[in-house]
Amino acid sequence: MPTPSDSKIKELEKKANNIREDLVKMLIESGSGHSAGPLGQADIFTVFYFHVLKHDPQNPMWPERDRLILDVGHCVPIRYVAMAHAGYFPKKELMTLRKIGSRIEGHPNYLRMPALETTSGPLGEGLSQACGFAMAARMDGTDLDYHIWCIGSDGEQQEGMTWEAAMFAAKYRLSNLTYIIDRNNIQIDGYTEDIMPLEPLREKYEAFGWHVMEMNGHDMREIISTLEESKSIQEKPVLIIANTTPGKGIEFIENRFGWHGVPPGAGPEDVVPKEEQAKRALEELRTLRGRIEAEHD
Amino acid sequence: MTNYNLAKNYLDEEKTEWKPMRDGAGIGIAELGGEKENVVVLAADTAGSSRAKYFAEKFPARFIQCGVQEQNMVGVSAGLAYQGKVPYAITYAAFLVGRPWEPIRTTIAYPQNHVIFVSSHAGLATGPDGPTHQMTEDISIMRCLPNFTVIAPCDYEQARKAVKAAYDLKGPVYIRNAREKTPVFTTEDSPYEAGKAQVLREGKDITAIGHGYMVYWLLKIAEELKDRISIEVINLHTIKPLDEQAIIESAKKTGRVFTCEDHNVVGGMGSAVAELLSQKYPVPMKLHGVYDIFAESGSVKDLWKKYKLDEEGTKEALLEFLNKSK
Ligand SMILES: Cc1ncc(C[n+]2csc(CCOP(=O)(O)OP(=O)(O)O)c2C)c(N)n1
Ligand SMILES: [Mg+2]
Repeated sequence: MPTPSDSKIKELEKKANNIREDLVKMLIESGSGHSAGPLGQADIFTVFYFHVLKHDPQNPMWPERDRLILDVGHCVPIRYVAMAHAGYFPKKELMTLRKIGSRIEGHPNYLRMPALETTSGPLGEGLSQACGFAMAARMDGTDLDYHIWCIGSDGEQQEGMTWEAAMFAAKYRLSNLTYIIDRNNIQIDGYTEDIMPLEPLREKYEAFGWHVMEMNGHDMREIISTLEESKSIQEKPVLIIANTTPGKGIEFIENRFGWHGVPPGAGPEDVVPKEEQAKRALEELRTLRGRIEAEHD
Repeated sequence: MTNYNLAKNYLDEEKTEWKPMRDGAGIGIAELGGEKENVVVLAADTAGSSRAKYFAEKFPARFIQCGVQEQNMVGVSAGLAYQGKVPYAITYAAFLVGRPWEPIRTTIAYPQNHVIFVSSHAGLATGPDGPTHQMTEDISIMRCLPNFTVIAPCDYEQARKAVKAAYDLKGPVYIRNAREKTPVFTTEDSPYEAGKAQVLREGKDITAIGHGYMVYWLLKIAEELKDRISIEVINLHTIKPLDEQAIIESAKKTGRVFTCEDHNVVGGMGSAVAELLSQKYPVPMKLHGVYDIFAESGSVKDLWKKYKLDEEGTKEALLEFLNKSK
């Protein structure tokens, strides 16, 4: 793939900001749901659905599509918004998040929306399933036709099942698989290194037989080049440690683990009182939009 | 009849306070920590939401944060128990007993380790997180394990007492709590004894057995229908071991039994009652609950309504059974 032009990068940045705005509106309407993780993954999801992923929103189950597996199920709101923007379903449906009868449930429900590829929510079960997808592609001789992507979190590195899958992927040299860990340093009860330390994460995966890369999960150019490069690695599964800021884009949410599982309006009040959180969150994103547009001129 | 000291005006929903059972359980464990030095609490990255935090704040040296590692938490609990500690392992029901079921079977149930599992997020009363988090099979998978005691308190106050009562039991215990606020209709002065069914209201036409917050609906339904039908209401908070005598006695008196629960009808409390009565005193039965499905995301109120677990839905099921079993 050619390196993306400056205008393409700007376009993606604008898109990511629009997606963040819709994410926040959706969470406010829902009154329940996760803020920090999804905001932090907005840039990665934007790059996937608007540049890197081989997919067709009009034909979601196209056999040659890349498989994007969301291990960390509670971050699915950002995927819903990216998918709606990409044309998988009407944007107004975003307002049904977590409501009865909705296709877009609190955690991904494959049966109601097969384009999600799997059902998830309980942590640490995604990488094993991604290994299964990758093995099936190889058995079918289609492993060069499409790629398997799996997005996981740092919190779920604590689950034993993740490491069982890590061993497995190395044994079978699943080079058609790229695993991305959202390294945002938070989980529910605190910072990962306080709750159950993960470092040195890179060395652990290398010792398990993986090819490990790192990227700034908010730098569009770097996200694109790292994802693309990961596909060209032979003989080993690839891990990309994506360094991200939880809550990215909204200062009073950024880097605060108290924002893991609540929407604006129900979050910690250390900086902004509850009743002002929704308004302030949208204001901050509007300001960001203005800045991106100004830079673009 | 035992005086259960229920809350004043408990039948008036407006005047009844609603509080989550998980809060009662968390506070009860923290209180117990002050009395018993060998109580240790383990959390799996949900200390805040499953309320282990109340203990953690008071007794940091006896609090163990495992991170997102439910299987490891079970193994560590077993080791602590072998060494004479009384571990309370606390997190969401699906992950507490679902994820590490076989390690629980081998390291806790089989050697009869005195470990107490206290859950939050049991049943559809979990709400918008959806079916991955709405644990509706926990009673089935825990009551089939030999040596386990299985308890499902009816409200905040009872949860607070149940976690303390569990300390004095032998062997492993599972205590099931809902996340959502539910009516608090028992009081600090209400008696509580693990293993002993509570006949909260006497009746002669039908026995209605529940656990958890649905016991409250049963009390209201019994009052509302009292001119038409006399309903005996039993709070079966201990599902294993079953209070066989109380259930059989009531079945003998009324001749038919209705059970209801925020749990799958396959293997739940209703099944336990049916296993007993079908062998020792067969009577017509209706098992109401979650009808062997995964539900969906939604507010708890919407879920209760759609899946007929609210007072209205429960009453409908009970009346339908009454008409059919006349
Ligand atoms: C098996 C399992 N245990 C517990 C939970 C409850 N839970 C939801 S998110 C989370 C941890 C969050 O950490 P991370 O995955 O890094 O997400 P982030 O806070 O960064 O969004 C936990 C423990 C779960 N979903 N699955
Ligand atoms: Mg994290």
